[in-house]
Amino acid sequence: MTVEILLQNIANGITLGSLYALLAIGYTMVYGILGLINFAHGEIFMVSTYFAFYGTAVFALPWQVAFVLAIVLTALLGVVIERAAYRPLRDAPRISVLISAIGVSFLMANLGLVIFGGRPKTFYRPPIFQTPIELGGVKVVALFFVIPLLTAILLVILNYIVYRTKTGLAMRAAQWDFDTARLMGVDVDRAISITFAIGSALAAVGGIMWGLRFAEINPNMGLFPGLKCFIAAVFGGIGNISGAVLGGFILGFGEIMLVALLPGLAGYRDAFAFIVLILILLVRPTGLLGDKQRVKI
Amino acid sequence: MAGKSILKPILKIAAVCAALVLFFLLLWWGQEHWDAYAVRILNLCGIYIAITLGLNLCNGFTGQFSLGIAGFMAVGAYTTALLTMAPEIKQAVYFIEPLIYPLNSIQWGFFPALLMAAVVSGIVGFLVGAPAIRFRGDYLAITTLGFAEIIRVVFTNIVPITNGALGLKGIPPHTDLVWSWGFALICIAIMARLMKSSFGRALKAIRDDEIAAEAMGVNLFSHKCLAFVLSAMMAGVGGGLLGNLITTIDPNMFRFPLTFTVLMMAVLGGLGSITGTVISAVLVTVAMEALRALEEPRVIFGLALPGIPGMRMVVFSIALMIVILFFPKGFMGDREISLDRAKRFATRLCRTNTSRQG
Repeated sequence: MTVEILLQNIANGITLGSLYALLAIGYTMVYGILGLINFAHGEIFMVSTYFAFYGTAVFALPWQVAFVLAIVLTALLGVVIERAAYRPLRDAPRISVLISAIGVSFLMANLGLVIFGGRPKTFYRPPIFQTPIELGGVKVVALFFVIPLLTAILLVILNYIVYRTKTGLAMRAAQWDFDTARLMGVDVDRAISITFAIGSALAAVGGIMWGLRFAEINPNMGLFPGLKCFIAAVFGGIGNISGAVLGGFILGFGEIMLVALLPGLAGYRDAFAFIVLILILLVRPTGLLGDKQRVKI
Repeated sequence: MAGKSILKPILKIAAVCAALVLFFLLLWWGQEHWDAYAVRILNLCGIYIAITLGLNLCNGFTGQFSLGIAGFMAVGAYTTALLTMAPEIKQAVYFIEPLIYPLNSIQWGFFPALLMAAVVSGIVGFLVGAPAIRFRGDYLAITTLGFAEIIRVVFTNIVPITNGALGLKGIPPHTDLVWSWGFALICIAIMARLMKSSFGRALKAIRDDEIAAEAMGVNLFSHKCLAFVLSAMMAGVGGGLLGNLITTIDPNMFRFPLTFTVLMMAVLGGLGSITGTVISAVLVTVAMEALRALEEPRVIFGLALPGIPGMRMVVFSIALMIVILFFPKGFMGDREISLDRAKRFATRLCRTNTSRQG
């Protein structure tokens, strides 16, 4: 393998890792506060790409407006899903909520098929992201810098919200214990809604950049990136935001490198994440950065 | 009195046997004389009853929420198909890479092939279950889903055995009503016996409270593992019957939507109810076919309606959401319909009627 190809693969790995990280944060935040695998998160991601697609291609909005609109709409969608499908089951057994989440995920994927059509659509890519940049003899498009940079900026903002604001404090308190948080004057339902809004908005950013990177979107694209990103979140330690980012990068990098270094195993790429998940859960069930959890009787 | 007490169980057994013989005679006759489309749907009903019961054994009765059923169905379907296909057909189907040695020259009967499917999927079930059942709740769900996905990816990639993404064609159509409903009845009988045994009660104890069950001396690992393996075996044989019914299989058939369909049947019927499962499996299978109408273009009252692909699953997802949000226990919960209950219900009805008259 030449140096150029290696550098190209590293760039690919970082980009895919950033996208996985953005999605994994949504999983880890929801799991942290509700103890639920939000199966619908992958579909939220899928729908966000369609919001952006319709904004740019159908309503012919300038891409800046369309993308921001898509992010806002997706955040709203996340809040609505929580209110409609998870909140009524707040006190139900966890399995009921899980089934509800699987149901929402399926409903959205199939509604997507009905509304958007099964044929893949071509995502509009503003030329500014396609400007070639030469760096150390390697030619890459600007997008490869935009994605990690934007991810980093969003992480800083997220960190500020979660650790420096009152809202973040409320979210962390709700994560700890609903009843105690309520006694301390925290509006738990509001904290959960905000968690879903932030997670979905990040998924939308990930979705738009996914569209910019891979150019093709279809209604079934949510399920597998979604599951992989949940795995990334588990990998890093569920409930822990830095863990999700770390997990996302390791998974994205690992997948690209598996295909680059061992092309014979390329067909197993989709199984890679699951094999990693099972190994991690067996060896270190709380993930790389997770806390030890005890079951109280 | 003494003669009557001996006679009664004998009469009961005789009645059950007679009913079974009549039932199978009807199925055997129906296979030839009923409409081919109806027979196909009835076959699917029988197969889905068995598979859904298997899922319910693990997810409903034992409370171990597994999402790996499609993977075990794939194992069973491929095992049965590879063992029953004629060597000449295999040669024609495997045109990219030939099938490896012992498999390319053998052809078994349907029954031993199904037994082998049970054995192989049971072994795979154990290999998956033994590590996976250490996890609880959502983690178990995602791990088993991961295993099912790994099975599918492996099947797509080991071309010399599975023919890869092209799948298998020309599987002999052995499955008929006697096979599918026979297996469904066997599964119903196994489940009914199991749930009355101490093993079944131990499973329910695990579902209700693992720690309390363990304190009562229930071996968590062996009980969960056995439930998991039995569930995998039912799915495996069901997959085998399905493969030999539709005669073509490929790895993409066994993706998550298949698990979702079976899970939906179990949830709608009530996780933890055998009769609920049977009713719901039949209803959903029939509805799946009936709702195909939604996806085909048709003319209603002079209005040309275009077919909407994907609409079927939208309807089913909405049904699932409504059930889980408003009737979280499904339409049977963990209750059962049995002859005794029906008798008791009838006597109570009579009594209220007579008391009203008096």
